[in-house]
Amino acid sequence: MTNDLILRIVARLLIPFILLFALYVQFHGDFGPGGGFQAGVIFAAGIIFHALIFGLSDARRVIPDRLIETMMAIGVLLYAGIGVGGMILGGNFLDYFVLDADSIHGQHRGIFWVELGVALTVCGVMLKIFYMFAARGSADD
Amino acid sequence: MDSLIILSLLLMMLVTVVLIIRSRNLFGVIVLGGVYSFLMATVLFALDAVDVAMTEASVGAGISTVLMLGALYLCRSEESKPLHQPWLALGISIALAAGLMFGMVGLPVFSDPNAAIHQQVVPRYLNDMPKEIDLPNVVTAVLASYRGYDTLGETTVVFTAGVGVIALLRRRRKGSGDDQ
Repeated sequence: MTNDLILRIVARLLIPFILLFALYVQFHGDFGPGGGFQAGVIFAAGIIFHALIFGLSDARRVIPDRLIETMMAIGVLLYAGIGVGGMILGGNFLDYFVLDADSIHGQHRGIFWVELGVALTVCGVMLKIFYMFAARGSADD
Repeated sequence: MDSLIILSLLLMMLVTVVLIIRSRNLFGVIVLGGVYSFLMATVLFALDAVDVAMTEASVGAGISTVLMLGALYLCRSEESKPLHQPWLALGISIALAAGLMFGMVGLPVFSDPNAAIHQQVVPRYLNDMPKEIDLPNVVTAVLASYRGYDTLGETTVVFTAGVGVIALLRRRRKGSGDDQ
């Protein structure tokens, strides 16, 4: 599959748009459909597409395992950290309205970071599961 | 018109399921599984559940199909003939389906505004959300803010699933001690 010219060209054309669409879904989730979970999955799908066409080792060079494992943990920590931040600023756990002087701005700020945390964790886990499965297929690993 | 579209989509899903049951070629089964997920996503889209439809299309049809193909790469692509006829499994499936259908009779009519679920917190979300959070997409406001604990739990579940897969599939290279 890695030598198929058509697949390589189409992948090269499509992957930037898939990644861009993932970012759109992430940052437009407040206004339209989508959010952190969908964005994380779409971003992971773009990278998996790359891995399917250009090979797993190429994808590993773009996003190494260490980065993926860090993303998995950072996402949950970011989410919980926003919750703890609300407590420090005088609210309850996961209260967003204390994050800014204007309570509605505080809500928006909280939702933004929380969605980013969800996206990081979901993207990391999807990619990690794919890498683990794909690596079992090759005998040299 | 809407119900006609949904009905035809559901019929196509039924055909897909029958084809999945009849087929012994696992590659075909995986592709049909992706078709089923896309049809499901279209049904959810027709029901105005766009957020869920997007998740179904990307996870169900995209990632799951790729993972199943990865698993297929490790095994044979033809399902072997079963040694005995699975009558017991068929009986349990039919009984479960009949039970679920019986339960469905008691559910309120679809999109009935007087249904019990629409009497509790939904009016509060819809009335107070513009004052409290002011986002155009209520789904995001509910998921990330009103139900922030639930979403934190879901994120933790996804994280735990990833950690579980790492724990199961990680193999250490002999000698170097470095893991792949």
